[in-house]
Amino acid sequence: MSSVSSISNQNIERRSTSLLKTSLGFLGLAVFLLIFADLEITTHDPWIELTRMLTGVITPNFTETENLINAIINTIAFAILGVSLACSFGFGLALIFQYRFVRISCAFVRAIHELFWALLFIQMFGLTPLTGIFAIVIPYSGIFAKVFSEILEESDPTPLKAISAETSKLSTFFFARLPDSLIHFKSYALYRFECGLRSSAILGFIGLPTIGFHLESAFAQAKYSEVAALLIIFYLVITTMHQWMRRSLLPFYIIVSLFILPWGMGDISLDNIMRFFTKDIIPLPLRGVEQFDSNVLVNFTSWFWMMISTQAWPGLLNTVVLTQIALVATGILTLVCFPLISPKFFNRIGRSIGYLFLVILRSTPEYVLAVVFLLLWGPSMLPAILALALHNGAIIGHLIGRYTESLKLRPDSPVKFNLYVFEIIPRVYPQFLAFLFYRWEVIMRETAILGILGITTLGFYIDSAFADLRIDRALFLILVTAMLNIGVDILSCYIRKHLRLSIKAETI
Amino acid sequence: MNKKRLVFVFSLLLCPIIVFAETFYFSAIPDQDETRLLTRFNKIANYLQEQLAVEVKYIPVKSYAAAVTAFQNDQIQLAWFGGLSGVRARTLVEGSKAIAQGEEDKKFVTYFIAHSSTGLNKSDDFPRAIAGKTFTFGSKGSTSGRLMPEYHIREVFGKGPEDVFSRVGFSGDHSRTISLVQAGAFEVGATNFKVWEKEKALGNIDTSKVKIIWQTPPYPDYNWTIQGDIDNRFGEGFTDKVQKALLSMKDKVLLNSFPRSAFIPANNADYRSIYEVGKKIGLLD
Repeated sequence: MSSVSSISNQNIERRSTSLLKTSLGFLGLAVFLLIFADLEITTHDPWIELTRMLTGVITPNFTETENLINAIINTIAFAILGVSLACSFGFGLALIFQYRFVRISCAFVRAIHELFWALLFIQMFGLTPLTGIFAIVIPYSGIFAKVFSEILEESDPTPLKAISAETSKLSTFFFARLPDSLIHFKSYALYRFECGLRSSAILGFIGLPTIGFHLESAFAQAKYSEVAALLIIFYLVITTMHQWMRRSLLPFYIIVSLFILPWGMGDISLDNIMRFFTKDIIPLPLRGVEQFDSNVLVNFTSWFWMMISTQAWPGLLNTVVLTQIALVATGILTLVCFPLISPKFFNRIGRSIGYLFLVILRSTPEYVLAVVFLLLWGPSMLPAILALALHNGAIIGHLIGRYTESLKLRPDSPVKFNLYVFEIIPRVYPQFLAFLFYRWEVIMRETAILGILGITTLGFYIDSAFADLRIDRALFLILVTAMLNIGVDILSCYIRKHLRLSIKAETI
Repeated sequence: MNKKRLVFVFSLLLCPIIVFAETFYFSAIPDQDETRLLTRFNKIANYLQEQLAVEVKYIPVKSYAAAVTAFQNDQIQLAWFGGLSGVRARTLVEGSKAIAQGEEDKKFVTYFIAHSSTGLNKSDDFPRAIAGKTFTFGSKGSTSGRLMPEYHIREVFGKGPEDVFSRVGFSGDHSRTISLVQAGAFEVGATNFKVWEKEKALGNIDTSKVKIIWQTPPYPDYNWTIQGDIDNRFGEGFTDKVQKALLSMKDKVLLNSFPRSAFIPANNADYRSIYEVGKKIGLLD
């Protein structure tokens, strides 16, 4: 007996050491990258604008926005249609996730920010609801596939042992594997729906008729009372979600959503779709080429080299620097945030305040946070890092906080600070790292939308290409981003396997 | 299925084509005042509908690129573009033409503005002292907030903005450019003169914090551009009818949406200089 327990003790110790080593490795890398990151504080008079913002926050104006009700309904409708479709596709893909092709395709579609998917579809479908639905369905299917397949992998193997060897694969799946996973699928789908609401709102930034449409306008024009009202409404939609999002009502919601979206925003024409594939996305030097000669090759090579040396490579470096620093900052903020909603640290009233605080942080678009910090500190990586870290830290903090609900404490466990440092942190740490590694690729994707700060990430160049209507360049850079993301995905998978980190399904 | 029924189904399918004449869609780039876009531009739609005797609908868009794409996709037939976006749209859609511009668009200018801490003052010559400062453009696709200021920066310094300034941002919006420079978040910026005047009238500008240090030489800017095949689809002379309707818009409420004092005729050649500048600085292929 004693030898067994000493082996398991050794194992635990070895694992703790590798957890610590990995964490320190990432921390060290982030500190090293800080040398290259521009963090200079340069601002002078932020208070005029910040006072106007604060005034707006305390005087929200709910009557200023036109078609407000439509915008709220559209935001929900896009999320319902997008997420439920993606959930079905993701489930199908999860069943064949063992194929490398499927895994890579899913990593590819996940790599591209919803806004960029939408910008691609706008070329084909214009500002029709189809654009918004596809922009959510495609990346979300890839995310669902990945998480569902992992939940299936983690499912309790006991029922498998009890069934006869002759049972068909199909029956095994439906009666032995699925039942244990189903509840986790449901809770994950609900979590994704919240993300879907955020994505849907943000799609308004580029013209779809959701809350983001008005939020972006009001924010750009410094109408902060209107901004505050729109954000409050959005927080309400998110916080009440668990009350109205019932599975039994879902079919009803789907049908209503289909009818409610403004399909009359323009016709879908085959010509536009054809033009997209045969002209828009073809690299300029190859467009309309009848004969492929050396001249064309030279032109194409110089185009390719220009794209690599002036955009893809510098964009890649900045993306990686920003991502790695923001990842570690997210981790630190998560550890600070999660006790706010944990029953181990706060009573009900305290937790409600903590809950609200985290909802506000994670539901405020990063873009809005970035502008506030830009006013405070001027243009550098600092506002970007903080905006990304607050947003993502609040999301993981929420998940970890809820995970602590299920932890059982000994009657003589320490309290307060000691409880936090010596009991809770060690016990949630593997979960925490698992979530953080999941979020890695998300953070990278989100670096895309902070071009206002003048940080030339890959996303900055993609955005510029779309602004210049150079879809060929945009697609090229999107492919580079996707490859980077696939790389990060493989690396994060390897690290999680190596550290035996898995997301315990009951936490999502 | 018997023949009668088939005919019935077919006639149902054809119904929409027979009953409704084609709707005329238009849009406008929203870069000067984005508040209550629908309310304001639906008034323009009503005005055009009265003048043109066809159904007219306004499609709201969020960016220059989205407006050009909608035009290219023929989801809008008429658009109020900026100088650069108009050139882009007319390059992409063969036969499309500029038919009107604002009175003010013959001679549009960009203001270079600076935070007081830079110690820069208004000058007639290009302020070379802005080199090394932090700088913000407006939207990436804007004529007054991007194209023209970048052109003058390249002309004077012989290199791109990223090599001239310590950091280059894109605020995305003329009003935001002003508020960022006023806060000193960026030291220098370039903004649309009409927006500056509007913000100043609204009392949003504290001239002890931010001031104009230079204005560009005038250039042609905003324009109404229409699809080339419009007469075939909406009837002979329809383009002229649209132009006439725009030029005879006298109601201040309508004109303020743009905001312009009046519309005057324009044609593609008026924007030749914008095309050349766009080519020169690599924003057009």
